[in-house]
Amino acid sequence: MREITYREAIREALREEMRRDDRVFILGEDVATAGGVFKVTQGLLAEFGPERVIDTPLSESAIVGAAVGASLMGMRPVAEVMFADFTAIAMDALVNHAAKIHYMSGGEVSAPLVVRMAYGAGPRWGSHHTQSVESWLANVPGLTIVMPSSPYDAKGLLKAAIRTLNPVIFLEHKLLYGKNGEVPETEYFVPIGKAEVKRAGANVTIVASGLMVDRALDAARTLEQEGVSAEVIDLRSIQPLDEETILASVEKTGRLVIVHEAPVRGGFGGEVAAVVANKALGFLDAPIQRVGAPWTPVPFGPVLVDAYVPKEADIIQAVRTTQGATVA
Amino acid sequence: MRYCDQLAEKDLIQMYRWMVLTRAFEERICELWGRGAVSELPHGCQGQEAIAVGACYRLRREDQVMPSLRTRGALLIKGISARVQMAGVYAKATGAARGKATTHHMGDADCGVLLGSGIVGASITVAVGAALAFKLQRKDHIVVDFFGDGAAQRGDFHEGLNFAGVFKLPIVFILENNGFAEYTPLSKHFAGSDFACRAQGYGFPGIRLDGNDVFAVYEAVQTAVALARAGKGPTLLECVTYRYRSHCEVHPPEAFRDIAEIEQWRARDPIPRMRAHLTQRGILTDDLVHKIDTEVAAEIDDAVKYAEESPLPATDELYKDVYAPESRELVVERRS
Repeated sequence: MREITYREAIREALREEMRRDDRVFILGEDVATAGGVFKVTQGLLAEFGPERVIDTPLSESAIVGAAVGASLMGMRPVAEVMFADFTAIAMDALVNHAAKIHYMSGGEVSAPLVVRMAYGAGPRWGSHHTQSVESWLANVPGLTIVMPSSPYDAKGLLKAAIRTLNPVIFLEHKLLYGKNGEVPETEYFVPIGKAEVKRAGANVTIVASGLMVDRALDAARTLEQEGVSAEVIDLRSIQPLDEETILASVEKTGRLVIVHEAPVRGGFGGEVAAVVANKALGFLDAPIQRVGAPWTPVPFGPVLVDAYVPKEADIIQAVRTTQGATVA
Repeated sequence: MRYCDQLAEKDLIQMYRWMVLTRAFEERICELWGRGAVSELPHGCQGQEAIAVGACYRLRREDQVMPSLRTRGALLIKGISARVQMAGVYAKATGAARGKATTHHMGDADCGVLLGSGIVGASITVAVGAALAFKLQRKDHIVVDFFGDGAAQRGDFHEGLNFAGVFKLPIVFILENNGFAEYTPLSKHFAGSDFACRAQGYGFPGIRLDGNDVFAVYEAVQTAVALARAGKGPTLLECVTYRYRSHCEVHPPEAFRDIAEIEQWRARDPIPRMRAHLTQRGILTDDLVHKIDTEVAAEIDDAVKYAEESPLPATDELYKDVYAPESRELVVERRS
């Protein structure tokens, strides 16, 4: 099968949906002429013109607010807020409006929009261009939160996101944009809310999302040489959360490690741990381990960023802890 | 010819009736709240009726109104009945979102009312997005966006108006300057001379006018609507008015301000003003005024009766409408 990058896969999803449905349009800062600061929307202005690929003022609140309003009038906006950190500015439009409109209208209207954003450290761009924000949004009923880890998922999930009638937060990891992977040329969708078992294993379950899926798979390969068989689950979306796949795995392995790039404290891993503790406690042979960033802002500079972002070694260490320990 | 001069007698009487109905609705819910009969805390628009009526009379059904806290009349004129609104005030299953939303936030897609916002000023960017949709769809419908002087101090005012100006969107911004942001008077939250001049910074006209004069509002809005429909972009209308009640019914009207100020503004009350004008022109008679008052009182009584007799929502209503059902086209695609 042909291979394309994560960036190209997202662009292909946008292009296919825009060709199919003229209600779909893109708006955001520098998405048109500049093709997006991560070049995701490059070439779309030439194909679709300035009314469907719209460069906006530097106004995140207006970008997302306008996407909400346009979605109510029958359009299917795909808004980009560039860096996920900037979501803080658009938070009100997302949390108080997009998320609640279906409910507050008694189901009469909904806000079918997608908000794309680039998250994650790795690129050393300081504290305001590197955060993993999914947990900020995960406590808001009405939102759907998607975090693709591969080109295949990026395309299939974005096409599904554009077609659902609900507001979707689409989190793209900056370090994944250049990642290659197999993507079919025929149309397909990846259902939102279904996790994927990326690797089967018997001794421990590693639940990961976004960039951390690859780190977890690296860790699993290393652990195999130590005789530890790790099952790796890619959540793909944290809202909805595919509890069934997680629970089935933990019931088999008896041990759980949860990995995300956001800080451990208050991070979504706590929710996954709570679900397992609540519904599969009797299957656990060791305390649940969580791997994530420390309780600090994202720093700047290679030494500190490397110390901040969870690494393969951190995951391996957490797995080893589960293998040694037993539940008292 | 002025737009006002094209209003027939029946239009003038109807506009007067809408103002009387708005006032009566607000007075009734304040009274009901005062004796603990209703769930929704009123944020009364008494004194500001001319703005919603002047702005919304003669809008198309497809034109979208974005309400503010104090635009009861806009909801009524656009077609959300007094019954449904009153049921909402009572949080009944026949009210807004079947009891899940206050009438401050209620919308109605069939009537062309966007959902209002409890986040003051946030509705501006949403209204702008609706106008963007009309432009992209090449429709000549327009959006009328209401907000107050408090909202004009939010960042969303700037982001929304700049966005609308850049894209020349079909929207009319109606700033109801009632002199207060909640309890804080204009003198303490605004150092400028007027809000209308801000429009210059966004590249479209801004006009300050007497918001207690229904004809001034109607004339200015119709002019702005014509510009918007013709693709000539937005207008900001600063309608100067005054709020008789307190921010909400938790406090009496005289709280945090000089009661003499209220009395001074009563002399400019938009309803007696329109009544005097129409009486002088021979359009309204004492009999007709009385008939309108009687009909309006009966309509409000009927709305209250409807609301009181309506069922409360079942508790499982809580769990409904969090997510929209999945798009039919996606379901079909997946099967194929």
